[in-house]
Amino acid sequence: MALDKNQIAKRIAKEVKDGYYVNLGIGIPTLVANFVREDISVEFQSENGVLGMGPFPFEGEEDADIINAGKQTITTLPGASFFDSAFSFGMIRSQKVDLTILGAMEVAENGDIANWKIPGKMVKGMGGAMDLVASAENIIVAMMHVNKAGESKLLKRCSLPLTGVGCVKKIVTELAVLEVTSEGFKLLETAPGVTVEEVKNATEGTLIIEGDIPEMILD
Amino acid sequence: MIKRTVKNVSEALQGIESGMTIMLGGFGLCGIPENSIAELVNKKVTNLTCISNNAGVDDFGLGLLLQNRQIKKMISSYVGENAEFERQMLSGELEVELTPQGTLAEKCRAAQAGIPAFFTPAGFGTEVAEGKETREFNGKMHVMELAFKADFSIVKAWKGDEAGNLIFKGTARNFNAVMAGAAKITIAEVEELVPAGTLDPNEIHIPGIMVNRIFQGATFEKRIEQRTTRKRA
Repeated sequence: MALDKNQIAKRIAKEVKDGYYVNLGIGIPTLVANFVREDISVEFQSENGVLGMGPFPFEGEEDADIINAGKQTITTLPGASFFDSAFSFGMIRSQKVDLTILGAMEVAENGDIANWKIPGKMVKGMGGAMDLVASAENIIVAMMHVNKAGESKLLKRCSLPLTGVGCVKKIVTELAVLEVTSEGFKLLETAPGVTVEEVKNATEGTLIIEGDIPEMILD
Repeated sequence: MIKRTVKNVSEALQGIESGMTIMLGGFGLCGIPENSIAELVNKKVTNLTCISNNAGVDDFGLGLLLQNRQIKKMISSYVGENAEFERQMLSGELEVELTPQGTLAEKCRAAQAGIPAFFTPAGFGTEVAEGKETREFNGKMHVMELAFKADFSIVKAWKGDEAGNLIFKGTARNFNAVMAGAAKITIAEVEELVPAGTLDPNEIHIPGIMVNRIFQGATFEKRIEQRTTRKRA
């Protein structure tokens, strides 16, 4: 069975290690915070200027001045701090943020990513994504393996305007966990009940399969 | 003490004319100078170039200026959440320069800090870098970006004093702190204006030298764009 969005987030949460400062993008990445182990220390950064983000506020306690980059009302946890936008991207560029998790429309086998524009159709802007992918050392992409028409989104070359070049390290989709290597997408794990053959059929880019591929462990 | 106070929003915005370039602080609707935006609507100035991370929503923030066709060009990083914006952009009525958010912030900060240009890795290899100088530093490619040149910068702060010193609250600091002092004239609207000496100098985020005109906004709606909550257990 292919994973749902929460299960993708749950699998990615396993990549979050003790002592990490983490930036979460909008969409599936935001859900990752719900599945991070409670026995480790992690701080979430939001590029609009907060470190130490907490859960949504209780009803009636929303503060218009405390939001995340998705413009959602949030709370802060003990140890949190606020800063301006230039400072926020300073800590991203200088690689103080250990892990960046974001969504994508397409990823290429060389690690290129496209997630900000569909020419003639959708132009919302890149927000902070270009800064994040150009600077982060450790980038995990949460995405669907195929689009609604069944076409692969893991390609030899991206067809959409790029957000960044050669930057994606790891991808978690509804079908698999993959690593971007110099030879192409290396299959690390398959979703429970998903065959290697299914992953192969859903991947347009070069897929490297070495030995037995383990099934993802979600719990 | 040098006093930076002006009576009200209309005095604060004196000198803003059609065709000018204006920076406006805020992220989404958080920390936007709402009183000044309302006054820009009243002034009916047109052909504005606005530098702002976002473009508001249809009926609030910069969306109000868009509805009146007062904006010629927007320089932003993210412009979703605004149907009128999308319509004007796709029809070609509105010019849009999309800029990576960190680059946008640094172009403000560079102007504020008197630095004409800088190199950033953001956007290398993408259409953002087209026509720009690129250079390798420490084995990595970077794109040269220029400091903004704006006529006015309009920021919003939580507290300010007569000397123009500013303190922001929460994530409303965002672009406000980097736009203060980044244009020829900086206007600050604050929720609470206090006499000089009231604010602790240790806690000032932006010193008054960066602010030419300060006033207390008459009203603040402080609209929430995405009200997300959790239930009490």
